[in-house]
Order: sequence, then structure tokens, then C-alpha cells
Amino acid sequence: MAGRQYTKSHEWLTVEGKTVTVGITEFAQSQLGDVVFLELPSPGRKLEAEESFGVVESVKAASDLYAPVSGRVAEVNDKLAAKPELINSDPYGDGWILKLDLTGELPQDLMDEAAYKKFTESQT
Amino acid sequence: MKRTTSAPNLTASAARRTPLFERHVALGGRMVDFGGWELPQQYTSIRAEHLAVRKVAGLFDISHMGRFRVTGEAAFNFLQSLLTNDLSRISRGRAQYNLMCNEQGGILDDLVVYWGDEGFFVVVNAANREHDLAWMRDHAPDGVEIEDRTFELALIALQGPRAEELLPATGFADLPYFGLRAGQVAGLSALVSRTGYTGEDGFEIFIAAEKVVSVWDAILENGATAGILPAGLGARDATRLEAALRLYGNDMDATVNPYEAGLGWTVRLDKGDFIGRDALAQVKREGPSRTLVGLKTAPGDIARHGSVVRRQDRVVGGVTSGTHSFFLGHPIALAMVEVASLRVGETAEVDVRGREAPAEVVQLPFYRGSARSAAAPAKS
Repeated sequence: MAGRQYTKSHEWLTVEGKTVTVGITEFAQSQLGDVVFLELPSPGRKLEAEESFGVVESVKAASDLYAPVSGRVAEVNDKLAAKPELINSDPYGDGWILKLDLTGELPQDLMDEAAYKKFTESQT
Repeated sequence: MKRTTSAPNLTASAARRTPLFERHVALGGRMVDFGGWELPQQYTSIRAEHLAVRKVAGLFDISHMGRFRVTGEAAFNFLQSLLTNDLSRISRGRAQYNLMCNEQGGILDDLVVYWGDEGFFVVVNAANREHDLAWMRDHAPDGVEIEDRTFELALIALQGPRAEELLPATGFADLPYFGLRAGQVAGLSALVSRTGYTGEDGFEIFIAAEKVVSVWDAILENGATAGILPAGLGARDATRLEAALRLYGNDMDATVNPYEAGLGWTVRLDKGDFIGRDALAQVKREGPSRTLVGLKTAPGDIARHGSVVRRQDRVVGGVTSGTHSFFLGHPIALAMVEVASLRVGETAEVDVRGREAPAEVVQLPFYRGSARSAAAPAKS
């Protein structure tokens, strides 16, 4: 399994075979503040890379979520409906958002941890 | 992830710092710009801090608020001519919620006047400080001194049902709601008022900037086992909104008059002349055309400032403030709507992320906390 990769729109992903797990980053959750609700797609939906697939509502703001890769939604994290705060407390673990079945290639512009760290530092 | 809608005034950038800045950072505060000041949005989580204020107590740094000392033999008459409320209804040792209006009756700011032994303290919103000061100085006659004490005096607020018990001081338990008294907090001289902006009982503590850190630490230490928490802007906004306390710049501005904002009780037309009186007398005679109402929506449907409000497909107004209430378990919002367009119990439609969500019109405030008198909403 490859390490965690990151997008400029602050999603993270891990790839295991054809399965891609997606969430939002620690930086993103800290910027958002307390998450109170997620609007997420149903399993089966096809997503194109960079397509908006849902919304995360925090106390502060509503933010769009973007698919980091093209794929079909295989699974949505059901725990988030009752406990959206998992996004804040464990963004890389229990706060994962969805799993996609990869339908295309991985985009070329994904960042590794060091590159993403540099990217977020340029954002603040 | 990209932001589509957001609460105003909460973005990260360099700004002024209060004397507690280092403390906020040491406590893990996530610092944001608020009215030109760098303040913590939260330390741990907005939820935890919000619930601490409602159930135990929370400690807020509100040193960003503008603080003016108004003194001189003509100070009382000057403030009477400048503000809408009647200071002759209080006396030394008391505070009063008040509005400053322009000639057209538009609200320039909401503020609290504290009548102390050394004259009057006027505490105003941070973003309005410079404008308010210029307005006051422009209208001040000879015999009135207006001094900006914002940078020498710190201001912190301990708010919650257990605030009285957890304040590390004696001699304030019998302080009445909106009372003001000089004394010692954690062994240091301070001016203490029983006021706040959360709907809870609590105290605001005026103290010299160089002493505030030790008082802050002492309060947190004294309340640690009880569950007191330092609380940031997120908890402050949520608690004030539950208590339906208006936020200047969101729920009202110079285009809104006090009757529209539901603050007609602060306008004393019978006290003598003051700026805006003629215009306000006319609004009172004819009745306001708009009014603030409370809305409750389903979990996830957070209406934000600017969201359009409809009733049976007709636009009746817009949301002025909205958030998720962790305490009540659902989103709440204030909306400025046409008078009589929405009644308590009716359902309106409000724009949420581009679709229409049902919103129930509910009685204000959304929550009545431990504050002694609900008839006198405080502004800290």
C-alpha cells in the first residue's frame, strides 16, 4: 500500500489495489472548525476527478468536497452521519469519508506528505 | 475542499494582539482575525467550549472591544444626548445596554455604559472603535473628556451557571445583574461587572493590561476541576446567538433602526432630546416595516448570513446570523423579515447551499440561560 497522498483542495487519499480511500486533511479540519454535517453521495455514483461530490458543514462554513480521482463510490463512512466530529478528531482514521473504485489513472499532480506540508505553509 | 459560504469576520491574517495573545497560543488557540484583532476561534473544540459555558463556565478574552472613559461635569448630559437609553434609570455602580444612532435613527453601534466611581466607561464593538470615537468626539461639548483606554485596560469575561462560585474572589456574590464594583480578583485590583454576552450569569473583569495574564491563569486554575474552559470566538458566537443577543455588523448596522432590531426597549423617547430621536419617534408612531425572527432548521441545514427567507414562494427577508447549536442539537438563525410575514409556529423556506430548506419560526431567545434578567440582554 502506497503512503497517503494529498490534493491542492485538501483531500487525502490512500490507494490499495483499485480501492481509493478519501478524506480531508488535518490542515483542512483545523481550518474548518467543528464539523456538524456532511452531505455525501450514495454508493454506485460515478465521479470524475475534481468533481464536487459533497459538502462539509462546519460551525464556520460550508465547503465543497472534490473527488481526487475518477471512480465509482463503493462505500460511504456511515459513522459520520451520527458522529461528524470524527472528521475533526481523527481525519486520517475513523474520519475517512468514502471509498472509490478507481476507474482511471491516478492524477499526476498529487502531493506526498512533504510537498503537501510545504503547500499548506504557503497557504497560511 | 473549497469554501462556498462562510461566517463573516473569521479569516486568518495578521492583526492587533491582546495582552493575552501568548496565553492563547500556549493554550492551543487557533488564531483568526476578528474586527482587526488576532483572537482564538477555539482552543480545543467549539462544541466543548460552548457546552462548558452552558454547563459550568467559560473564560473569554474580550480585550479587543473598544473601551472609552468619559469624564467631566458634562459627561452625563453628553451621553444622554448621544445614546438612546435613559441613564437616569440607573446610578453609579450600574451598567446599561445602550445604542448609539445617527440622525436617521440607524444604529451606529450597540454598547454598554458602565457608571463607575471614576466616571463612565463605554464598551463598544471592536470593528467600530475608531468610528465611534470620532463620532463621540465630534459631538462632545466642552467639559467632556473622552479617553481611549482600549490598550491599557484588558477585559475578560467569565460566563456560565457556576461563574459566581468559580470566580477566585470574594465580595461579588451579591453584585446584582448589571451591577459594577471595584475589588480584588485573584488578589489584584479590578473593576467587575455582572454582565456578559452569552445569556449566562457571569462577570466581566476590567484589569490593567500588565496584570491580566495572572488573573486569567488564576481563574482557569481555580475552575480546572469543575471543568472550566478557555472559550474562543466560536463558542461566543454560538452562545450569544442562542440567547438571541444581536451582533453588530450581522444582525444590525446603520441601515437598521432599533425597532427593527427588536431593541425598542432601549429607546427612551421621553428622556429629552438625543441624536436620532425625531426619526425614531416617527418609526415608533408608524411601526417598523421589518423585524427580527428566530428560525430553527433540521440538522445539517445551517442558514448563513445573507440566506434568502421565503414564505409560500414570496421573498420576505434574509438571514442575519446562523449557526449550529451544539447545545440545542439543531441549527438556529436570526432573520430580518417583513413585519407580520412570519409568525411563531409557521414554516418558512430558507436557502441552504442553493436549495430551499424548511425553517420553523420559533420564539426568541432560542435558549434562556442563567443570566439574572432576560429583559436586559447584555452586550460584552
